[in-house]
Formats: sequence, structure tokens, C-alpha cells
Amino acid sequence: MVDYLWLIVALPLVGFLINILFGKRLGEPLAGWLGFSLVGISWLIAFVPTVDFLFGNTNAETVFYFEWIPMLGADVAILWDPLASLLVMIVTGVGALIHLYSIGYMHGDPRYARFFAYMNLFIASMLILVLASNFALMFVGWELVGLSSYLLISFWFAKPTAAAAGKKAFIVNRIGDWGFLVALMIIFATFGTFDFVTIFTTAPAILTTGVATAITLLLFVGATGKSAQIPLYIWLPDAMEGPTPVSALIHAATMVTAGVFMMARSAVLFELAPSTSVVVAIVGAATALFAAVIAVTQMDIKKVLAYSTISQLGYMVLGIGVSAYTAGVFHLTTHAFFKALLFLGAGSVIHAMAGEQDMREMGGLRKKMPITFVTMTVGWLAITGIFPFSGFWSKDEILAATFERGGPWLILWVVGLLAALLTAFYMTRLWVLTFFGKPRWAEGTHPHESTWTMTVPLMVLAVFALMFGWFNTPARLAFDHFLAPSFALIPHPELPPIGTIVMLATLALIIAVAGIAWSWNRYHRADLPVEEGGFWEDGLNAFYVDDVYGRVIVAPGKRVSEWFAVTVDPKIIDGAATGIAHGVESFGDELKTTQSGRVRGYAAGIAIGGILLIIGFLILGGGF
Amino acid sequence: MTVTVTWYLILAAGLFSIGVGGVLIRRNALVMFMSIELMLNSVNLTFVALSKDLGLIEGQVAALFVMVVAAAEVTIGLAIIVAIFRRRSSANVDELAEMKG
Repeated sequence: MVDYLWLIVALPLVGFLINILFGKRLGEPLAGWLGFSLVGISWLIAFVPTVDFLFGNTNAETVFYFEWIPMLGADVAILWDPLASLLVMIVTGVGALIHLYSIGYMHGDPRYARFFAYMNLFIASMLILVLASNFALMFVGWELVGLSSYLLISFWFAKPTAAAAGKKAFIVNRIGDWGFLVALMIIFATFGTFDFVTIFTTAPAILTTGVATAITLLLFVGATGKSAQIPLYIWLPDAMEGPTPVSALIHAATMVTAGVFMMARSAVLFELAPSTSVVVAIVGAATALFAAVIAVTQMDIKKVLAYSTISQLGYMVLGIGVSAYTAGVFHLTTHAFFKALLFLGAGSVIHAMAGEQDMREMGGLRKKMPITFVTMTVGWLAITGIFPFSGFWSKDEILAATFERGGPWLILWVVGLLAALLTAFYMTRLWVLTFFGKPRWAEGTHPHESTWTMTVPLMVLAVFALMFGWFNTPARLAFDHFLAPSFALIPHPELPPIGTIVMLATLALIIAVAGIAWSWNRYHRADLPVEEGGFWEDGLNAFYVDDVYGRVIVAPGKRVSEWFAVTVDPKIIDGAATGIAHGVESFGDELKTTQSGRVRGYAAGIAIGGILLIIGFLILGGGF
Repeated sequence: MTVTVTWYLILAAGLFSIGVGGVLIRRNALVMFMSIELMLNSVNLTFVALSKDLGLIEGQVAALFVMVVAAAEVTIGLAIIVAIFRRRSSANVDELAEMKG
């Protein structure tokens, strides 16, 4: 019995309401502690039933609360299964740590309480998304995380770039939402309900391949928006305008994985549409590589991590595309830990450098910030995929699943390996430029280690980034077994033979080490390589994708809007409205001359009318 | 010579025509008003006559309705005429054209 699970969502929502209504009076740091503790309590509440899944409870449960739109089969209900419980653990666990971190990071901000209100709103929205028992409720959460993401990206809205980034994120996400919404319409037209359990159990009997392909492709459009895949990834790098804890929580650990989660949730539908899977896998692999190439050239520490997030999301999507759903979700989990860690570490560095984000102005921070250095090293090793850190296990599982498909899929495998090489390269670049070499700080900067509220989350996340991978080694697939009930309706993918796995893992490890060595040689020296012009300049501008979108989509859109604003609205729409008014007025002008005010004239009119009526009736009646 | 229903109808038509003529020709509001009453009562006469002839009670019911409505109408109409007469010491309808369009 897990009836009390509504509390997990309700508590952050209460935090949101309290902080937005009385936040000013609570002040700093009480507002932060309130936000943190409510999310922490949510985590505690969800912890026990999650452990229950670990110890052999394999029954997914639907907890019904009340009917929302009975006509659509959309109830407010929770689908409590291992997949949902895992996401709840990540969202509330990592979320609570980041709240704790923000207590120190947001110190002195004039809108301190408002920040925690939005953060709590985000947690509540994300929990609605992952706990929903039907597509309609999931869509509510999906939109709400978009809203809170918008509010948090443009949190420092006085900065024009931040305001613009928030708008961009919201609008680009709306394009993805369009796909999701249309997919929902087709789903309802086909199944007559939005309920997950009903849809997934009846799908193989009802769905034809064509309809399944249409639904899954449109769902994937939604996922490309939320999970920042080609072609809709452009909002994520800009989203770095938000405060760093926001980048860590929303744009690395949780919200951007919503698309991956949604596809994993709909695994049954994706299994029925093999051609969609091909598209998904190609887009995922392409995104992984493309974003990694851009990450290599970035100078802003947060931008590197942003493109790295896009690249890692590409791996997850690739995992979904090759039907390795548990591998995708596994990478989602490990990525949540190590990328949140890296972002928070970067935040700690930025905080110490008094807001400087350019890595060329850093260097030599190893001695000044030992805790940040050690924990970020763990994150670096995890993302580059060094044995035995968590990224090694999860990334390899996806690559192994891709390799196992054979044939043309091997191209995607090679692309994945290339992306892994670049990942090792750019992460080492970031690590070396930040922590090694001579200090290149601006005048008057005095870096210092951050307070304990900021370092404790780093240390906790470092432990997870190091060890979480051990839950799912080829020797002991605990994570697979944990998630198995959520994927019971689809065939379980076969693992390659152990020899192949060891070979693939060794290969990946060699590539990662090669990338690290290459980068270390290049950047760990007194005279840093000059990175200007040509490739570096193109990369720094993200290969002008934004400009192309601006010219091809935004500019014509603006022109059409202008045409509507200047021509259609005032001339055609307003013209029709005023035209009708003018017509009525002039007709009235004509008509009012008959209103002479002479009563006997009216009487004569009535009499003549009466006589005409009588004559008419006589004619009709045959009297004449 | 028996008095058939036709006689009543002819009488009613005559009364009605006198009423119409009164409304159209006279200028005095009070006289116009009386003419209207004449028209109403001529119609009442047709109602009652046909009711008797056809043996149907509905005609008499309609006549009663007309009387009640006419009584109400007289009350309001006379009140208006009196009010107008007080303001301009004349009841000539041709002088009342302030509300023309």
C-alpha cells in the first residue's frame, strides 16, 4: 500500500506556496532551509517503498486519487513502479542536495526566497511528470517543468541575455511539445484512453506498425525538445544563463532526461515501430558526436558542461534507439550524479572566482579549492568512462548494445566511440585548464574553498558518481533486475557474450585514456595552445546553427508575423469589423428619415399596411 | 327579415372604418384616442357576434381580454396625454415631434 505517495508531490508544492507568499518574511537562510528540508522529506517518504522494490516486490501499483477528466480516462493517479521510483529518488535526492548547495550559492541574492520557491515548483512538477499514471497527467508535469525551467533560466531577468535565454528555452520546447501533443491525440484516437497500463497491455493487439511509427516519431519530437537532441538542442547551451544550481538540477540531472524517461515509459510503443528506433538511434548518436565536437572548442566552463550534457543525452537516446532501455535509464541515472556533481563543482569554481566563467582566466585552483578539486576529479573520471567509475559501466552498456546489433549499426557504434574520445578530450581540457597550470586570475580575485553547504553535496554526489556503476556490472545486473518489472512487456535484450563485453570495455577504456593523454599533453604546459580561427572559431559559435535557424526559421517567421501585424490585422481583420460598423451606421442614417415624429403619419402607415395585408390575404384566399 | 351575423360584421366594419378615419384625420390626441377605442370595440363586436353564431366560447374570451387590455391602455394613454397637456396646454399631436430621427 503506497497511498501516502501524494505527499511526495505535495510537500515541494507546499514549499513553493510558502516561499512565494511569505518568502520575504522568512528571509535568508530560512527560506532555503525550508525548501531543502521539504524536498528532503519527500525523498525520505519515497525511500522506503523504493527499497521495497529492491527486495523483490515486483508489483507495480496504480494509486487512484480522483477523476480529473473522466471522458479522456485521465485520472489523477500515480503509477508506482521501479522506473518511477528510480526517477523519484533521483529528482528528490539530487534535488535536495542541490537545494542544500543553493543555500550557500544564492547567498546575498535579493530574490533569495523566490529562487527556492521556483526550485520547489520545479521539483513538484518533475514529480508529477514521473509519477503520472497516464499521458495526460504526464503532459501536465511536462509543461510545468517547462514553465519552471523558464522561470529559473531567466531568474536574473535584469540581464537581457538571461531573459532571452528563458524565452528561447520555452519556445523551442513548445515546438517539441507540439509533437508530444499530436502524439497524444493519435493515442487517444486509437486507444480511447490515456492510461499507461491499458495502452501498453493492449498496444500489440491494436496498433498497426504505421500508427505506432507515427505515434513514436511524434513522441520523439517531444523528446528532442525536452532532452535537447538535434535539431532542437539549441536552447540548452543558452539555458546556462540561469544560476548554476539550476543548470545542475534542471539542465543536467533531471528535466532534460524527461524525454528519455518518457520514451523508456513508452518502450512498448517504440518496440512496435522499428523504423522509429532507427531514427532515434541515428539522432542520438549524431547528437552525441556533434555536441562533443562543439564542447571541445568552448571556453566558458558552463558551456562545455552544457554541450557535454547534450552529448551524454545523445548516448541515452541512442540506448533507447537500440532497445537497450535499461541501459539508457542506467546512463540517465549515473549521468544525473556525475553531471550534477560537475555542474556544482563548476559553480563552486565560479563562486570562488567571483563570477568568472572563462577557463582562460582560471588555472591553478587545485591548491586553493581541494574539496572541489577532488570531487570534480571524480566527476571527470566518471564522465570520461574510466574503470571503475559509474560512467564507464553505463556508457559501455549502451555501446555494447549498439555493437551487438551488428551490420550498419556498427557505424553508430563507431560514432559513439568517437564521441567518447572527444568526451575524454574536452573534459580533461576543462579539468586541466581549471585546476592546473599557473594562475591566470584577473586582478583582485582571491579564490577560496566554498562553505560546507556547498561542499557536502559535492562529496555526496562524488560518492555516487564513483560507486553507482557497481549496481549494474555484467557480472551482477542488479539495476536491470530492479527495473525489470517496468519493462516486463517487452523482450529482454540479450547481453553479448562475456568475452565480447570485456573486449569492448577494454577498447572503450583505451580510447578514453587516449583522449585524456592527448588533452593532457596539449594543455598541461606553460604556454597554452592558441585556439583561434578556423575550426576553433566555428566551434565556439556552435557551427552557426543558431544563425542558420535564425535566417531560415526565425526571420521568415518574423516577416510573416510583421505582415500579419501591419497588413492583416489592421486592414483585413479591423477592416471587416469597422466595415460592418460603418455599414450599419449609414443604413441607420437612411432609415432614420422615416422616423418623422408625425404620429398621424405612423398611423397612416399602419392603416396602409393593414389594407395591403387584407388585399394580400384576399388574393391568397382566392377572394379576387 | 332576420338579423344575421353578416349585419353585425358590416356594422363592425363600419365602426372600424370610422375609427381608422378618426385616427388619420383628427389632430387632437384625445379624439384619436377615442377613435382607437372605437376600433377596439368594433373588433370586440365581431368576436362576440361570431362567437354566438359559431357556438364557440373562445370569441367571448378574446373580447374579455381585449376589454381588460384596453382598460389598462386607457389608463396609461390618458396619463400621458394629461401630462403632455399640462406641459404645453395643447394636445395637438402634430406639434409632438421632438423624438424624430
